[in-house]
Amino acid sequence: MKYAKILILAAFAGLMIYGSMGLPDRADPDNRMHQERSITDTVVAGSYFIREAYNDANTPNMVTVVLGDYRSIDTFGEQVVVFAAGLICLLILRKFRPV
Amino acid sequence: MREQFESPIVLLGARLLSPYIMLFGIYVIFHGHYSPGGGFQGGALLASSIILIRISGGRIISRLQIREFFTTPLAAIGVIVYFLAGFVAVLYGGYFLDYEALPFPGDLSPAELRYYGILVIEIGIGIAVMAILVMIYDHMARGEDYV
Repeated sequence: MKYAKILILAAFAGLMIYGSMGLPDRADPDNRMHQERSITDTVVAGSYFIREAYNDANTPNMVTVVLGDYRSIDTFGEQVVVFAAGLICLLILRKFRPV
Repeated sequence: MREQFESPIVLLGARLLSPYIMLFGIYVIFHGHYSPGGGFQGGALLASSIILIRISGGRIISRLQIREFFTTPLAAIGVIVYFLAGFVAVLYGGYFLDYEALPFPGDLSPAELRYYGILVIEIGIGIAVMAILVMIYDHMARGEDYV
């Protein structure tokens, strides 16, 4: 029974790895998921990010450009959430002096 | 009550490791433009190097590095750095967080302005994450009467 479990897990892992080999390259702007058109018949945003990230921000790392520039307000919100979590920990864990 | 004792070996090991972890954290923040990394990851690394000294050395030694009351203002400073990077752009006639309007010295193209704008906000994120993690550790450890 134990060996059957391991065998099933190994077979499943092999299936997933085999499936992942068929995925298209994400960085290629010509692949099919970036050819998709939105409702208003414009190209989807990911295609623009891949083509223009370096020209817009002079930065080779596309993820940094998306996080820090195109979606910087989202990152600002993340930072405020982290800050709020820290303040809540401070309020809960703080030792108040007994009155 | 847990037994507590000073261990010079552990402290020496932590003192050996901590600067390299801190250097790697700064590298991850500043090299986030070229490799995986950025403010959150680098801030976590910086916090780990500080907390390592705090765990191994205790309160008196760790007070030499960053004082306990100093972490909360530092976290606020990190958030304010990010906010100012957006707000200064508004004052100079751009959108909020539009780095092309930032008044960096020198003759820079818009792409280079965005490059340095991203760097400023990454530093802000790094400071805030580091200070918040250290702050949480300090307030958790305060109940224990560690040396």
